[in-house]
Amino acid sequence: MNQLALLVAATLSAGTPLALAGLGLLLNERAGVLNLGSEGIMLVAAVAGFGTALLTGNEWAAFAAGALAGAALSAVFGWLVIWLNTNQYATGLAISLFGSGFSAFVGIDLVGKQLVETPAPSVPLLRDLPFLGEALFKQHPMVYLVMTLAGAAAWFLYRTRAGLVLRAVGESPASAHALGYPVRRIRLAAVLAGGALCGVAGAYLSVVYTPLWVEGMVAGRGWIALALTVFATWRPARLLLGAYLFGGVTMLQLFLQAQGVQVAPQFMTMLPYVATVVVLVLISSNPLWIRLNMPASLGKPFFPGA
Amino acid sequence: MNHRTFLKQLALGALVAAAGLTACSKKEAPPPAPTPVAAPAPAKPAPLKAAFIYVGPVGDAGYSFAHDEGRKFAAAQLGDKVVTTYVEKVAEGPDAERVIRDLATQGNKIIFATSFGFGDSMVKVAKDFPDVYFEHATGYKTAPNLRVYEARFHEGAYLAGIVAGKMTRTNTLGFVASFPIPEVLRNIDAYTLGAQSVNPKVKTKVVWVGAWFDPPKETEAAKSLINGGADVLLQNTDSTAVLQEAERSKKYAFGWDSDMSAFAPKAHLGSVALNWGGYYVKAINDVLDHTWKTGETKWGVKEGMTDLVKVADFVPADVKAKVDAARQGLKDGTLAVFTGPVVDNTGKVQLAKGVVADDKWLGSVNFYVKGVEGKVPAGK
Repeated sequence: MNQLALLVAATLSAGTPLALAGLGLLLNERAGVLNLGSEGIMLVAAVAGFGTALLTGNEWAAFAAGALAGAALSAVFGWLVIWLNTNQYATGLAISLFGSGFSAFVGIDLVGKQLVETPAPSVPLLRDLPFLGEALFKQHPMVYLVMTLAGAAAWFLYRTRAGLVLRAVGESPASAHALGYPVRRIRLAAVLAGGALCGVAGAYLSVVYTPLWVEGMVAGRGWIALALTVFATWRPARLLLGAYLFGGVTMLQLFLQAQGVQVAPQFMTMLPYVATVVVLVLISSNPLWIRLNMPASLGKPFFPGA
Repeated sequence: MNHRTFLKQLALGALVAAAGLTACSKKEAPPPAPTPVAAPAPAKPAPLKAAFIYVGPVGDAGYSFAHDEGRKFAAAQLGDKVVTTYVEKVAEGPDAERVIRDLATQGNKIIFATSFGFGDSMVKVAKDFPDVYFEHATGYKTAPNLRVYEARFHEGAYLAGIVAGKMTRTNTLGFVASFPIPEVLRNIDAYTLGAQSVNPKVKTKVVWVGAWFDPPKETEAAKSLINGGADVLLQNTDSTAVLQEAERSKKYAFGWDSDMSAFAPKAHLGSVALNWGGYYVKAINDVLDHTWKTGETKWGVKEGMTDLVKVADFVPADVKAKVDAARQGLKDGTLAVFTGPVVDNTGKVQLAKGVVADDKWLGSVNFYVKGVEGKVPAGK
C-alpha cells in the first residue's frame, strides 16, 4: 500500500516537467508555430535555473530565471520563424542543437555543485491522511501549480476572447489578419509564453526533480513533450493526463523492478510510445477528430503582405 | 492522359531512374585513394602523433574523463616523444568513421577509439590505412593493425562489494544498471560476490534504466531502490546522479569510472575507477619501439587499470584491511573474482568447483549469482 502511494507520488512528480513543457508547446502550436527547439530551451533553462538556485538559494527565483532563459531563447526562434519566415522545422532543430551545446558550455563550472537542502514541502493537515497524504500531498508546489495551469490553459483557449483569437491565428492567419489582428505579434506572444513554460520545466528538472546539473540532463524530455501535444490532440486536459501516463509508466517500471517483479525493462520503456501510436491510430480512425483539433496552419509561415 | 503520353512518361521515368541508379552506384564505389600518410622520415625523429576519440565530453567526471586522464598521463610520461590530440563527443556510427579517417589522414600514427560502438568504424578505416595503428577499447574485432583492450572492471566492483557488504545495515544492496550485456551483469555479480565474501546475508536488488546516461531516470531508479530497502548503491551508468541521490537520502553509494568523491562527501564510500594511463604509455611505446603486435589486452587490478580508489575516511579500518587483502590477492593471483563454484540465483552451477573463470566465460556471463534478486531481462 505504502509502495503504491510512493508510486503515485513519483508519477505526479515525473509528469510535472512533461506537462509544463507540453502546455507551453501546446500554446505555441495552437497559434500555428511548431517549436522543435524545446529540448534545447529546456537545457538552457535548466542550467540558468540551477545557477540561480545555487546563487540565491531560492527555487522560485530559479524558476523565474528558467522562464526568462526559455523566453529569451524562444524570442530568437520567434524572430527567425515569424519575421524572417525561416523554416520552422529547421530553425527549431537548430535552436535545439544550439541549446544543448550552449548549456553544456556555460554549465561547465556547475557540474557537481550541490544545492542547499530544502525540506520536502507538503500540504499541512492533508499530508497526514493515510495513503492519500503520502500519494498526493507531499509534493512540490509546482506539481499542484501545473494542474491549475492546465485548467487555466483550457479556460483561456476555449472560454476567453483572447484564446479564440489565438486559435484563429493558428487556424487561419490570413483571416485573423483580415479582421485586423496583429498575427505576428500574437504568434510571438504565444512563442514567448511557450518558451517560458518550457523554461520552468527545465528549471524544475535541475532544481527540484534531479537537483544537479550535468550536460544533457533533460535527456529527451523535450521531445516527449512535443509528442505529448499530438498525443493530447492539442487539448490541455488530455495533455496533463498524457504527461502522467508517460511519467507513470516510467516510474512503474522502476518500482516493479525494485520490488523484484520482473518485467523486461525494454518492454516498459517502449510502452508510452506504444500508447502514443495506439492513440494516434484511434484518433486517425476518425479523420474529423484530428481535423477538429489540429491547428490548420501549424508549421506554416504567414506573410502579412501576401 | 492518353495511352501514348502515359508510355512516354513511363519511359522517361525509367530513364531518369536508371540515370539515378548509375549515379548512385558510381558514388558508392570507393575511390581507390591510397593517400600516402607517412611522410618520409626526417633526419631527426619527429614526435609520434597519437589521437584519441571519446564518446562523451571529457569534463564529465565519467568514462571519457577517465580516458582523457590516461591520455594526459601518457603525454606527460613520454614527453616530447609524442604529441596527442583528442576529439570528444563523437557519435557512434558513421560520424565516428569520418572522424577516425580524418585523424588518420592528418598523420596520426596511433589512434585510440574508446567506446564499444566505434568498432565497425575502426575496422573499416584500419583497412584503408595499413601503416597506422588502431586501438579499440572494449571491442572484440581485431585486424593486423587493429587491436583491442579492456579493463577487468568487475575486479573494482568486487572491491566495492566488500565495502558495501560491511557498511550495509539492511543487508540489501542496490544496483542501477544500464543494459543487460555481459559486462554489466559481470559487474552486478562481482559486486554481490564481494559483499557476500564478508557478509553472507547480503542480497542485491537491480533496477535497469535502459540508458547509459539519463540523470533524472537514474535518480528515480536510485530512489526506488532506496524505497525497496537498499542502503548501499552502485551504478553502471555514466552520471553522478545515483551518488548524489544517495547523498540526499543519507545512504551510501560509490563513484564509477573516475574519482567522484567530490560529488557526495557523506555518501561516497569509494570510487571504482579506471586508469588507462599505463596502457596508453605501453601502446605508444610499442609503436615507437616497432614492437606493436595485434591482439587483445585485458588488464585488471594487478596492472592498475581498475581499482577502488578514495575509500572514505569513515570506513572502519578492518573493512579497509579486507579491501587491501583482496586487492593484494587480485594482484598476486591468489584471488579471482569468479572462482567455482559459482551458482546462479536459480540454483544452477555456472562454474564448477575449483575452476577459475577464463576470458571466454567472463565474456558470456548472462545470469545473476545467488543473492541477486529477480531475473535477467531477456533479449540482450
